[in-house]
Amino acid sequence: MQQIFNFILKNSNRLLFLLLLVISFSLTIQSHSYHKSKIISSANFFTGGIYDRINNVNEYFSLKSQNDELALENARLKSLLYNQKDTTKVPQIDTIKGVKKTEIIVSKVIHNSYSIHENYLTINSGEAAGVRPDMGVINSAGIVGIVDKTSKNYATVISILNINSKINAKIKKSNHFGSLVWNGKSTGFVQLIDVPRLAGVRKGDTIVTGGQSIIFPENIGIGTIDKVYIDNVTNYYTLDIKLFNDMTNLGHVYIIKSKDAEEISNLENQSKKDE
Amino acid sequence: MNSALLGNIARFILLLAAQVLVFNKIDLFGFINPFPYVLFIILYPVNGNKMGLLAASFFLGILMDMFWNSGGVHAAACVVLAYYRPAIFKFSFGLSYEYQTVKLNDVLTPERFSFILIAVVIHHFVLFVLEVFKMSFLWDILVRTVLSTLFTIITCIIIIYIIKPNKR
Repeated sequence: MQQIFNFILKNSNRLLFLLLLVISFSLTIQSHSYHKSKIISSANFFTGGIYDRINNVNEYFSLKSQNDELALENARLKSLLYNQKDTTKVPQIDTIKGVKKTEIIVSKVIHNSYSIHENYLTINSGEAAGVRPDMGVINSAGIVGIVDKTSKNYATVISILNINSKINAKIKKSNHFGSLVWNGKSTGFVQLIDVPRLAGVRKGDTIVTGGQSIIFPENIGIGTIDKVYIDNVTNYYTLDIKLFNDMTNLGHVYIIKSKDAEEISNLENQSKKDE
Repeated sequence: MNSALLGNIARFILLLAAQVLVFNKIDLFGFINPFPYVLFIILYPVNGNKMGLLAASFFLGILMDMFWNSGGVHAAACVVLAYYRPAIFKFSFGLSYEYQTVKLNDVLTPERFSFILIAVVIHHFVLFVLEVFKMSFLWDILVRTVLSTLFTIITCIIIIYIIKPNKR
């Protein structure tokens, strides 16, 4: 017994070091799995609050560009409104329940990272505003990411500039599907992989979100094709997509709350279990 | 004794605040970020409590991870650096370091420079290896480590010169 105590006393530094190292390693490994530990993220009360304060100041520097963006979007919406052929047409409403299928929650990016391989955004609305994990996040130009974790007033978003993100997307013209990933190189470009060789792709074609995902509605803009490669291994196309969004300068974002998402995923889980 | 403790706490808070408020926003060329918060571990008193240093560096790293959404990457890098600090001291200053002759907060000599260099390289290497966790990005890791190390060392030396107590 005495010897054990002596050993612990003698090696207390080394033991503490190993303990702390193991804790930090386990946190690291946990963070690489899909839903990571809740505590170590910028969605918690302390860090979220500080980012909120910082953003209050930073906002003033981008007021002009934010205003321009909102004005542009207003112009676009106005043009849609005035060009609508049938003026009596109302927004599509689910006739049985009398509610819209998707709801939009407005939020603001309070922290944005884009310089590392796994980038996350922090936004200033959380569970209190109805934000839940796995909701889609877009802004006026196109998609931004998917909600990862939520706290009461904040949430973190997996940016599309994250090597772990994978989003279903398609070529607008031909409806061919592929997966949107990021190779970790440039903040202005993402990659659309696994596009079949049958698809006629040309530089400049528009890429939008596909209808297979329950997270994003169909036809939300992503970007335009910049380069076309053929993957040597799989013989599918890999496309470099130039993003509509400037991911380094994000202000207001919209969170898409799909009423059907839960129902669909429940259903899918059930049929998986039945197999 | 107490003033040293207060000094440590002040350094902890100030460096973390500077890191979060200023240095996290630099993003030179899109991917180079200096991490001068490691100065806390470098400048910790030579004969200070080693377990205290380990625990403090762990918390410093965890707080950085919270702000950076990076799991436990910074915590691991900080703990590794804190543990190997005495060894780096011995390497850079020779065996005499234990007799309180070493003062980092002073004019830059080759010994001090080599100490800062090795400390920052160890920290950054652990940091970037863990951050990516994939060997397919090996080249990228090396480039990032080298460039960020250079940048961190420059900011560290500038900070040391700024906060150096004026003797004259």
